[in-house]
Parts: sequence; structure tokens; C-alpha cells
Amino acid sequence: MKDDDLKELRFSVNGRPYELKVKPKTLLLDVLRKELKLTGTRTGCEVSACGACTVNLDGMAVRACSVLALQANGREVVTIEGVADGEKLHPIQEAMVAHGAIECGFCTSGMVMSARALLLENPKPTREDIRKAIQGNLCADSGYAKYIEAIEIAAEKIQGGE
Amino acid sequence: MGKEHAGEYSIIGKPIPRVDAKLKVTGQAKYAADIEVANMLWGCVKRSPHAHARILNIDTSKAERLPGVKAVITGKDFNGFTWGWSQPTRDEEPLAVKKVRYLYEGVAAVAAVDEDTAQEACDLIEVEYEPLPGVFTPFEAMKEGAPLVHENRPGNITVEYHWNFGDVEKAFAGSYLVREDTFQTPRMAKGYIEPPATVAYWPETDRLVFQGAKGSPYFPYRILSRCFNLPLSNVRIITPFIGCDFGGTKNDMTNGDFSAVMLAKKAGRPVKIVASQFDALTTDLRRHPMWVTIRTGVTKDGKITAIHTKIVSDGGAYTRMSPLTHFLTGICMGMPYHLPNFKHDVTCYFTNNPSSAAMRGHGIYHTTFARECQMDMIADELGIDRVEIRHRNIIKNPEPGTIYETINGAHIATAGTEECLTKVAEAVKWEERKKKERVKGSKAYGMGFATGTYLSGTQLSAHNACAGIVRVCEDGSVNYLTGATDVGMGSDTIGCALVAEVLGIALDDVDIKRVDTAFTPADPGSYGSRVTVLAGEAAINAAEDAKRQLREFAAKKLGAMEDEIVFKNRQVFVKSNHARSISWERLVRMACYDAPGRVIIGRGHSKRATDLHTLADFSTGKGDIGTNYSFTAQAAEVEVDVETGVVRCTDNSVIAHDCGFPLNTQAVETQVLGGSYHQGVAAALYEEFKMDKGLTLNPNFVDYKRPRAYEAPMTEVLHVITNDPFGPFGAKEASEGSTCSAPPAIINAIHDATGVWIKDLPAEPEKVYWALKEKREKEQKKEKQ
Repeated sequence: MKDDDLKELRFSVNGRPYELKVKPKTLLLDVLRKELKLTGTRTGCEVSACGACTVNLDGMAVRACSVLALQANGREVVTIEGVADGEKLHPIQEAMVAHGAIECGFCTSGMVMSARALLLENPKPTREDIRKAIQGNLCADSGYAKYIEAIEIAAEKIQGGE
Repeated sequence: MGKEHAGEYSIIGKPIPRVDAKLKVTGQAKYAADIEVANMLWGCVKRSPHAHARILNIDTSKAERLPGVKAVITGKDFNGFTWGWSQPTRDEEPLAVKKVRYLYEGVAAVAAVDEDTAQEACDLIEVEYEPLPGVFTPFEAMKEGAPLVHENRPGNITVEYHWNFGDVEKAFAGSYLVREDTFQTPRMAKGYIEPPATVAYWPETDRLVFQGAKGSPYFPYRILSRCFNLPLSNVRIITPFIGCDFGGTKNDMTNGDFSAVMLAKKAGRPVKIVASQFDALTTDLRRHPMWVTIRTGVTKDGKITAIHTKIVSDGGAYTRMSPLTHFLTGICMGMPYHLPNFKHDVTCYFTNNPSSAAMRGHGIYHTTFARECQMDMIADELGIDRVEIRHRNIIKNPEPGTIYETINGAHIATAGTEECLTKVAEAVKWEERKKKERVKGSKAYGMGFATGTYLSGTQLSAHNACAGIVRVCEDGSVNYLTGATDVGMGSDTIGCALVAEVLGIALDDVDIKRVDTAFTPADPGSYGSRVTVLAGEAAINAAEDAKRQLREFAAKKLGAMEDEIVFKNRQVFVKSNHARSISWERLVRMACYDAPGRVIIGRGHSKRATDLHTLADFSTGKGDIGTNYSFTAQAAEVEVDVETGVVRCTDNSVIAHDCGFPLNTQAVETQVLGGSYHQGVAAALYEEFKMDKGLTLNPNFVDYKRPRAYEAPMTEVLHVITNDPFGPFGAKEASEGSTCSAPPAIINAIHDATGVWIKDLPAEPEKVYWALKEKREKEQKKEKQ
């Protein structure tokens, strides 16, 4: 197979089905940002070190810079654009805004996606679980403390059934 | 000390949610790399594989023939244009023409239909070099006969200052103790996660649009105007959201910025260039590595008699902001301690490393580290408590209506350091704590203290214009226009909050327009902790001007004197009779409709930036660099694994911060937590570029170590309120001062825990391990004797 041979990719992004033709070497990150114009997923380091491109693949947090687009074939991708319910923010987003976690915002999409995957799998995380879940997300200016607290607030709110 | 006066205000002085937080948390915020323009090409920069080499020939013919390539440029396309931080330091070309001076310096660039083609075309450009011997440390650079980085700069000296206040030698002679120590601060990355990106296009042949991640957009505005011989009116810089800056590259220009503009001109199509993180970590500006020798004299009771600092610094290949950096190393030495005699000798050298420039705590960071560590050494030698020795030297908060003048002529109206230090020592229960055992099993615990200061509202001699425009729309909504740029610190929110507070309306009523030089007023941009203090003053003045126009109209409608009219909670009423009132919305509508042709536009500028103090003199070190000055004290606890040398900062750490009056308490806390304490942890324990003859050995976030969420201490932030008379509503800068105090507090804590001094940052495990081993061996030797 040549590098340039196009392969079929069928997957769902934020609940919407897509059928695309992609080169085998194409990264999920490039499909999301360039083909689907979902630029909320950020390109930071391209070596899986910063987490700015974190998306949820079948509910798991993955780095879109280190997943081939074809690995998402037949699977469900959720990006930052698919987290809120229309105008209504997800509790994680709401808590990050209200708690003042966000500064420049470049790592924020990744933080939300790591937190979302955590709470899907473990609705009652300890502080250590939260630290572990966002350990792959580098932030240059928040010091993480308010992100950690915001995720705790969101977990409690979801538990409370709101 | 000043009392809280937050109760007087409707919006400020409380936690204010950021005006841009919703856009950021939903991914809608557009950063430079997210911008797309119709018909856009992708650009790529060809970079040098040598750190120092003469360029003999560049052959672009193969690249030009590659299908999909639309334009190829080299440095020659810029017709000898050079640029720099100030007129005398224009020593850099958009792309190197005759010589490259650092590894990966740009020499050519390509625009093509997609990224892959642009990259492939770059690889097809053939460049013939004659490699030259280089200099890679300032100590190599200063040697007699060393290769010259710039032929016209003998001795490889980038900049030097020699200042003298009082008589240090006489003071040393009369001192009880004089100590000299050398400390080293490393080359550090700025650390933004967003690599620089630019989109440039020419809508008409003599009109340029440039959209890029620029924290000081009026720098490219002026530089590109000169470079492309365009009137300023035709240069349009539009700033998207910016993923942090921390000084340096995003204030300034890159090879990619110039290339995008020239390629767009040549191709007649928009061009986008997005740097990779590798590009950013190999070619972007870094923190200067400095070797700081500090000689301090003290009396028997620990009072400082004199300080003499001698600094050697690595400026890298080009001058960039080095004249300012090295000026800043000494300008605030007279605070937060009373300093009667001061001498400062600082020299920065050119080397064949990537250029150094501004970074948070700019300049002051290095000398604060040296001074605060040495303060503990002196305290121990004199047998004085480490908190107590600081108290004995601290400049007391001046009585209202009085000014403290430092030895080099800086003016301090408020200084909360004493209260900050008292508060942090109490918070960590230092008096009980200091008596406790440090070692528990294989772990040692220590507490370190440090104070810090930083200028606020930088005053420089040129380009200080700073204004705001407040446009009141007929439905009562308001547009706030500023040339100041929010690179993440929250200044957009502060600007909107100040406008809303003055007009007595809600925060939601005010919309901020991000910088577009076609419409916003000129501003120096985000550096030197200047935006809140100076652009804030301009915003208040602009809102007051709009309010004056509306007040005149309200007075007529309500049949009252103008000075009786109050604007509050979206109501406009008469002070002596609140029943005589009108809603904000109705007043605005009437003002716009009843008086045909009336448009309510308020304008205001910052006067303090230019008129408050005498500007500092770089050659003598005398004068004010700040409009006012922030102060900090902090206590940091560390846990040292005495077997492995691994140091961890614990949650038992407190920062007390005097930012005058916290306009947005939440933003100040996040800034102090992340933008200073956490960055301080990073600087103290992790961050350093490892170099080998100009090659950066760790140009990625795997090998370039930074703390992550599991290493993030949950620090407590305490506000100390001093209500500075020179700041908007009493405010001063927040968190650059505490960036400076964090590394020494941590290094002092390591010493408190283990008795070892790490004088060269960062305190990596290996360094701590060897220092502990050396100490143990010395102690064993002593025991044997």
C-alpha cells in the first residue's frame, strides 16, 4: 500500500456520523482540525506531552496527535465542541468558569476532555484520581490547583443529580 | 494598613468571572493557528544547520520548480532591512543574509498549497555555508581573541551597566560581616503551550493585514510599517486569543512572522505559518542564563549596609530586549529592603545560542534569587532568625501622604512587605515549626522564606501612548476599545470591569474588542506588568468621559445639577432624591435620539505612564521604572528524599501578596498560584535547557521537565491591601513579584531541610543527591578527626 492511497474512515464525532477518505498516516488531530474544522482541539507539542489535543475516544481520554485517524474507524469521538448541551455548559465547564481556573485557555479544551473521561469512568474521584487524570495536561499559567478544585466541584454537582 | 474598601464597589474587589472564559471552555476561542482565510497558502521556514556560519550561496531553483510552490524568498528580498528593540540595536535581519548566528536561524522560506509541499520545498533549497568557530558561553565570548558574533561589536558585549550609589567600599569596611556568593540562573523556556502562529495577507497592494499571536501588537505594527515602507494607517495587526506569552517571542518578531508577510506579498495570496513546538523550543527567545555574584555587608544585628552585584549574562545571538533586561537586574535592588549603598556591574555577552529576552519577573528574578538565598546565609552566620533578619531590613509602609525614596531614586507610596511577611510566618506557624526535627526517616522537611518586589505599570521613554475608547451604543450596551492585549492574565476582564464600575452598569453590558490596529488606540502591549495599572487608568478615564457626556444630558432631563447625578446599578438618579431617576438604557437611548447627531464616545489616556515620575536613566540606574511597586512574602515547605535527592513542594506553602487592591480577587489568586508560585516551583526544581555548542538537547516537553498536576502544591494566597495612590482604584501589579520570590523560598527550604545549598538552579534530584553526599562525607571526615 502506498502512503498516498486513500482509505475510508467512518466514525462519529460529537454524535454526528462522518464518512471521509484519509491517508493512512493522517492523524486524528489533523482530521478534526483541518477537515472537520473543529479547532477547539489544540495543537501544542505533537509528541503526546502537553495534552492540549486531548479528545474522548469511546469515552477514553486520548491525545489526538498520537492516534491515527483510521484508529477511530467505527468509533465515537467527542471533542470540546461536543461537551456542552447547546448553550448549557457541562458541569465541568461551568465549574472551571466559576472557579476561575482558566487563564490563557490554551490547555483548557484538553483539561475538560481529560476530566470528562475521568468522571465517566469514576464519578467519585479522589483528589489523587483527579491529579492522575490530568497529569498529561500541561498548563503554563494556572498552577493546576483551581482546575483540580473545579473538577471536584463538578463531580459533586453531577453526584447531586443536577 | 489600609482597610478593604470593596464594599463601596458594585463589581471590582470581588471574584469576577472572566469575560472570555465561556469562549475558552467551549473551544470557541480562536487562537492564531485556528485562523483560516480564503485562498490561503501554507508557509515554512528553511533553517540553518549551523550555529555560526557564513552563507556563501542559496539556490532556490529546485524548490521553485516543485509543483504546488507559489513563492520562495530569502533574506535578500528584504533589501537590507534590519530591526531590533530600539533604534541603536537593530542588529537582526528578517532572514539571515550573510551569516547565521544561532542554530536553526531562518535563511529562506516557502509558500505552497499545503504544509507537506512547503516542507518538501524547504528541503530542496540548497544553502552553501562556511562554518565558523562559535562562542557558547559568556566566559568563552569574553576571552581575548574570541570569535565575534557581530563583527562590529568588539568583545562580544551586548550591553553593560555600571552604577554606583553611595560608597559601597567604605560601607563594607565598616560592616560587621561581608559575604560574597555566586548564584546561577539557567536558560529557561517561556513555557507557553501555544507555539507562535501567523496569518498574513495583502487585501490591496499597499495594505497589510497580519493576524498573529502577539502580546504587543503595536511592535509588529511599527516594525512591519518600516520593513514594507507602508504608512501606519495601512498596517492592520489583529490579535486573536493568545495562549500565554510570559515576555519575549510573542512581544517581538520571528523569522516566520516576516516570512509570512513577504511570501504573501510575493504570492499575492494569504500565507499562514504555524511554528511547531520544536521550532518554539529551539528558536524562540529564552530567559537569560546569569551568573550573579552578590557581595553584601551587614551590621552585627543584620542590617544591610551595602550590596555590590556583579553579573555575567548570556544574551545569545542578537541584542533583542537585553538592554532592558540588564537594567532591570539592578533597578529594584533598593526594595523591599532599605539599602544605603549600592553598586551594580552587569555585562551581557553575545553568544551563538538562541537569543535571550524578557521573561516573567524580567531581570529582577535573577538578583532576587541571589539576594534572598544570601539573606538566609547571613542570618545563619549571625545567628538571627531568617524571618527576623528580613523584618529588620524591610521598608515600612509609608504613612499616607508620604513617599519612600530608594537609593536609586525610585518612589514607593505603599509597601505591604512587612504585613506580608508577618502573615506568612504566622500562617505556617514558624515560631513552633522552627524548633521541630527536620528529618523523618528518609525524608527531610524544611521551610523557606523569601520576599519579592516588582515594578508595576512600566514607564519607558518611547512608545508610551496608552488610551482607551468607550463607545456607548444606543441600546445601552458598550464597546470598550483598547490597544492592550490579554495574553491570559485576565486584563480584558479588568478593563471591562473598570468601565462597568465607572458607568454603573453590569459587566455583561461591556464588550471588549480585541486589538485591531485599524480601530484600537496605540498601546505598548503586555509586558512589565503594565496593563492593569496603565490601560486600566485609560479605561477609567475613557468611561468617565462618556459618563460626563451622559451626565450633562441626565442633568437636563432630571432637572438637577450635573454633580448631583449618580450612575449605579443601571440606574441614573439624583443624589439628594433617588426617586428622581431614569434607567441607564432609557437615558442612553434618549441621549442618542433626542439630540440628533449625538454619538457618545468617551476617550481617555494614561497620564501616569509619562507624567508621574522622572523616567529611569539606563546609564546611571537612577529613577523610576514603575508607576508603583508590588510586594510579596512567601513561605514554602519542601520534602527532600535524602536518599534520592528528589524534592517535592508540599501544600504547606503560603504567599501573601500586596497588589495594592485586588480588582479581581479570583484572577489575582489564580495568577499568584499558577503564574508565580507554580512557575517558581518549575524554575527552582525542574526547568533548564541543556545545551551543547548551541544545540538545544531537550527541545520538547518530554525531555524539558516541568511540573505536572500531581506535583502541584495547593498554595494558600493571602491578600494584603495597601491602596496605592498611583494605581486604578488603588491597584498595583499582581504576581510578577511573587514569580521572583518563589525560587529562593524553595532553595532556602531545601537548605532548612538538609543544610545543603543549591546555588545554581534548578535543584534537580542529581544535584541535590551529590550535594547531600558531599555533606555526609565531610561530616564523616570531621567525626574521624
